[in-house]
Amino acid sequence: MEERTNRRSRIAALIAGATLLAAACSSGTASSSPAASSGGGGSAAPSAAASGGASAGASGGSAAPSSGGGDLAGQSVTVIGTWGGDEEKAFHQMVAPWEAQTGAKVAYTGTRDLNTVLTTGVASGVLPDLAGLPGPGQMTQWADSLKDLGGVLDVPTYTSETAPALVKLGTVNSKLVGVFIKTAVKGLIWFDPKVLADVGTTPPATWDALQTYITTNKSKAQSPWCLGVESGAASGWPGTDWIEDIVLRQAGPDVYQQWYQGKVKWTDAAIKTAWTTFGDVVKNSFGGSATVNSTNFANAGDPLFKTPPGCMFLHQASFITGLGGFKTAKSGTDYNFFQFPDINTQYTGAVEGAGDLFGMFHDTPAAKSLMAYLVTAPAQDIWVKIGGALSANKNATDYPDDISKRSAAILTSAKIFAFDASDLMPTAMNDAFWKGIVAYIKDPSQLDSILSNLDTVQTSAYAAP
Amino acid sequence: MDPRLITAIIVVVGVPAVLIGYIILTEQILRPIPDRRRVTLRPWLWLLPALLFLAVFLIYPTIGTIIHSFQNTAGTKFIGLDNYVYFFTSPSTLGALKNNVLWVILLTLLTVGFGMMIAVLVDRVRYETVAKAIIFLPLAISMVAASVIWRFMFLYNAPGETQTGTLNAIVGLFGLGPFPWLQIQDFSFNTILLIVVMAWMWTGFCMVIISAALKGISAELLEAARVDGANEWQVFRRIIFPLLLPTLAVVATTIVITALKAFDIVYVMTGGNFDTQVMAQSMIQEMFTNGNFGRASAVAVVLLITIVPVMALNIRRFQAQEAIR
Repeated sequence: MEERTNRRSRIAALIAGATLLAAACSSGTASSSPAASSGGGGSAAPSAAASGGASAGASGGSAAPSSGGGDLAGQSVTVIGTWGGDEEKAFHQMVAPWEAQTGAKVAYTGTRDLNTVLTTGVASGVLPDLAGLPGPGQMTQWADSLKDLGGVLDVPTYTSETAPALVKLGTVNSKLVGVFIKTAVKGLIWFDPKVLADVGTTPPATWDALQTYITTNKSKAQSPWCLGVESGAASGWPGTDWIEDIVLRQAGPDVYQQWYQGKVKWTDAAIKTAWTTFGDVVKNSFGGSATVNSTNFANAGDPLFKTPPGCMFLHQASFITGLGGFKTAKSGTDYNFFQFPDINTQYTGAVEGAGDLFGMFHDTPAAKSLMAYLVTAPAQDIWVKIGGALSANKNATDYPDDISKRSAAILTSAKIFAFDASDLMPTAMNDAFWKGIVAYIKDPSQLDSILSNLDTVQTSAYAAP
Repeated sequence: MDPRLITAIIVVVGVPAVLIGYIILTEQILRPIPDRRRVTLRPWLWLLPALLFLAVFLIYPTIGTIIHSFQNTAGTKFIGLDNYVYFFTSPSTLGALKNNVLWVILLTLLTVGFGMMIAVLVDRVRYETVAKAIIFLPLAISMVAASVIWRFMFLYNAPGETQTGTLNAIVGLFGLGPFPWLQIQDFSFNTILLIVVMAWMWTGFCMVIISAALKGISAELLEAARVDGANEWQVFRRIIFPLLLPTLAVVATTIVITALKAFDIVYVMTGGNFDTQVMAQSMIQEMFTNGNFGRASAVAVVLLITIVPVMALNIRRFQAQEAIR
């Protein structure tokens, strides 16, 4: 009897183990199956994109611009974007009037892993009606899956209300496939006017003047700069903004453009100098490199508001006002900004911006109606008024405070407008750029090997598939 | 009604109905067949649906992946061994391979070692169930949630600031630190810390299986050994341990496979920065970030090839044991 129970429980243990093993093993292979199953669809998308205008069925059926009406009642539009939390709430408020008017519903899903979701979606054909797009670079690769918005939007109004540079960024092979739902000005330098009063009235005009200002006012804060690049799987991106702002003003817009197009090597002197300039900032940042790599970008500016202040300046885009310590601080009295100073005065007036692109994968009547609504000034005004966002639409002017009004003005009055270079790079390049920033902050002496590694990635990332 | 509710009802009611229907169907088919052949045929008919699923969802994708691994980025042209050459020459994938070796060795040692130790020790105490439940609990937490929890453990704030990370707060009490735990690359210290997180989760699993095997060891056998004068260590070393060996092999195999699949913890806690990247993550990266189907498939194939010997060994062991019975 004893013998039998013994054996039986051993068999049970073995079976339990074997079952778990089988489960473990099968899930392991399952995760590799998308690679296999996407044989047809996956290969079709990139190769067709390369061949250009082969967008046969893609833009079909974009008939008359839809006017909102009772015929959409009860329909629903699926939307995927990266917005969560306050931004998601703002988006819902933005679409609420459209829902009330048409009787249709917006089914929104927010994900931080947008690129993965859409990459698999494009390969398998399972896609939302409307989706936020990771960046113009990725959008170009999906151009064939995206519907032409030419017949959906009121194009003359759209182009007259939107900055030409942004319209152009959403156009692939003269097909309008992406629109900017919101935008941001990058390269703003934030400070606490209670600590540094003079810098608000007469901001340093050049990078050298800023360095002098930092040296003379050293005693006012623990460190000159606040910096934090942690951002989950995207860690490092705030550093890429730094490099971009420096390249744009140090080497100029032409080099900037050739650089994101993959025509300038990372080991090029112009790019390397930008990295070393950034290296000085890292050296002079609050808490040092370990803190920089472990601080989330949203909270990077919090030491600005400490007593005594942890740092004098934070370099971040206009959307920072909706994040971290800025959320509870008072605009104008607790924080203010000036524009990134010129490094080479030859390139005065260059501004870097970014934005959230939106595209359409299914041209259902409800999706078309929603898309047309989203870019209009009244819709844009709703989000703009909530704060934390700038509109690509010039006629959306309902900014809640002076600071957002000023950043919006920078965007519309820019002499040279450059879009976020890393967002324009192929995703593989962008990702390697992020990782390179983290590695550089960790160990600046590795710069040469980091840059030559980026060169290797550049060679394969820009190659036609 | 919510469509999800309808789906749930269909699954709950439909799946057993289809299963029963299938069994009835096989009996119908088997009816005209003579008794003796029927006995040999029946198990195969019962296995058929499972084998079909296996073929569609496991064998077909595996073959597809292997083919893809010899193709270019988009899968339009065969490029020979290029993807494998990349895998075995690129510093980042080689680093991932090295880290995975560390994961396999260390995770197996930690989980099986602690699992056995705890199983043997709590076997002798009154509050065994409570102790086992506590150790087992972390396995019920999702990997991502566990990673988020442990991020707080390893959190690093600027020197001079209040340390909100548990570990840095503790070492701070002794006047040390703060240390940027997850950024310490020397001797792969940060990878070891990540393995500790996984070990925290999986020790409970090993313990439960080993404990079950332990209960199966005949009390008379142990009693006899003690009567013959064996001390507790000898009882463990000469009787319990050898009897546990087959179970340990099964548990160790499971853990080795778990270690090779490690992804979530690395992805959430370091994002693969600071030399902590692992192979599963390289695969996801090549696949979804870089859109390089060929390289991603090559990584998948390497992972598969690494797992095969472990599996084969285990199946052989299992068969040998069956033969003894």
